Amino acid sequence: MVQGADAQTAKQILSETGAPVVMFDHVRLAFDENVVLADLSFTLIKGHTKIILGASGSGKSTALKIITGLWKADSGVVWVNGERVDQLTEREMMSVRADLGLIFQEGALFDSLTVRENVGYKLYEETDMALDAVDKRVEEVLGFIGLIEYIEKMPSELSGGQRRRVAIARAMAFKPSILLYDEATTGLDPITATTVDDEIIKLRDLEGVSSIVVTHQLRDAFYIATHMAERGADGKVRIMAASADKAEEAEFIMLKDGLICFEGTAEQLRRSTDPYLKTFLS
Amino acid sequence: MLQAIDRWLKQAALEVQEYVRLTLAAVGCVFTPPVYAHDVVEQFDVIGVGSLTVVLLSGVFTGAALAMQGGLTLDQFGARPVVGRLVSASMIKELGPVLTALMLTGRIGSGIAAELGSMVVTDQINALRALGTDPVRKLVVPRVLAGFFMTPILTIVADFIGIFGGWVVARFTLQVNSGVYWLSVTEGLYMHDAWMGLIKPFVFGFLIVTIACHVGLRTTGGTAGVGKSTTVAVVAGSVAVIAADFFVTQLLVSLLF
Ligand SMILES: Nc1ncnc2c1ncn2[C@@H]1O[C@H](COP(=O)(O)OP(=O)(O)O)[C@@H](O)[C@H]1O
Ligand SMILES: [Mg+2]
Repeated sequence: MVQGADAQTAKQILSETGAPVVMFDHVRLAFDENVVLADLSFTLIKGHTKIILGASGSGKSTALKIITGLWKADSGVVWVNGERVDQLTEREMMSVRADLGLIFQEGALFDSLTVRENVGYKLYEETDMALDAVDKRVEEVLGFIGLIEYIEKMPSELSGGQRRRVAIARAMAFKPSILLYDEATTGLDPITATTVDDEIIKLRDLEGVSSIVVTHQLRDAFYIATHMAERGADGKVRIMAASADKAEEAEFIMLKDGLICFEGTAEQLRRSTDPYLKTFLS
Repeated sequence: MLQAIDRWLKQAALEVQEYVRLTLAAVGCVFTPPVYAHDVVEQFDVIGVGSLTVVLLSGVFTGAALAMQGGLTLDQFGARPVVGRLVSASMIKELGPVLTALMLTGRIGSGIAAELGSMVVTDQINALRALGTDPVRKLVVPRVLAGFFMTPILTIVADFIGIFGGWVVARFTLQVNSGVYWLSVTEGLYMHDAWMGLIKPFVFGFLIVTIACHVGLRTTGGTAGVGKSTTVAVVAGSVAVIAADFFVTQLLVSLLF
């Protein structure tokens, strides 16, 4: 843990714009012979979006699990919100996780709990927040993602797209400043996928959330990178094409064989002539 | 060949080490906050109340069969009237605790392994951790507490219902007078038998649940893995119960007599 004066400086640095909230430095992880991440380094800037692309099995989920401390890297340094996650114990990790929302690949909703209990899980079980305040927050979050009428349903009664959105609601309910989306749109029809993408954009632009979006669907990746959300004078939220500056804030990285084979903006990715990227893009 | 044995031994040692680690962590969590009281109550209900039917059914038939068999054997000595003594002694010392534990292994051991196993393979355990909850505290501790305290209670229920089943057979098949039966039941009871019958189920309940939790939490390999874990939990739990029965009996015999 960072101590005393260092903690003070760390806090100050993190509060400035352009601060690095997640940093991987030469991270390596292997399961026995299978080297999943060979040497991964990247930085997520506060309020920005990092889009991680890669074929399935390329270690995208693994990277998110390392950030959350669910798995430990074999070597390398991982910073999250000014803490050396690679050195923390499971108990110390809990305070870092309080500011991290992870949307699991298959949702990982608790299937013995209702939508309400799922979304409010952390607030009900792990905080001192008053029950009616939690209820209010849960309803607010479900309203935000448009699933308020499903509040008393069980996860098994929901469609795939609804489950993904409940998973997003659960991760955002406790207002973490970093959200990690693991293939939140995979397997969804284009219309539902776009509603999920819109949530990701809204959280980033209206709530100031820093996001890492893992996907192998380029359509969604480009959509998130090239759109932005704005609240109009009438209070309505509009999704529109991003300004050039805003589009620069979304950075793509492509994983292949445990290494980064491309890093850059949406525009650079489109113009790339690398044959592997081309097959991925087509 | 040697290599295979070596690998197997290493695997077994690792398994035991992980089991001990989980058990110690669970026991540690019992005595430190936070306690998920709601889950504890729920598990007492699921494990305790939910197992009542199987325990009643297996208890009553065991007692009845015991009386029937005992009656035949005792007839050779002309001792049919003391059948109550045989039923109560066997039920309380041995059959009540062991059969109840085996029934519970089948019912709750498999249930726990399947539930925790599917939570592992669908990432729900990781989701708990990501949301700031220690899965041992939230899932293992309530089940261990419920198993530890409900198994003895269910065993007592099984003992009584077994002795009742014995009475039905003694009265209506063996034609033993009710008064004679009940007198012989109480005559057959010694204090150290009662102790033995009461201490064992605490050990069994603890073993069944901790083994099932351990096996469930170490599930790998998707839904097929969940099925495998369920089987392993029942087999390992049953063997552990029978082995523990021998060792605890031996220990108690040397302590009590
Ligand atoms: N628990 C595990 N044990 C062993 N290998 C694993 C485990 N989880 C994932 N892997 C391996 O790690 C690699 C990357 O997995 P993952 O990060 O899930 O890929 P992605 O999310 O990019 O599809 C895969 O080759 C997979 O086989
Ligand atoms: Mg994945």
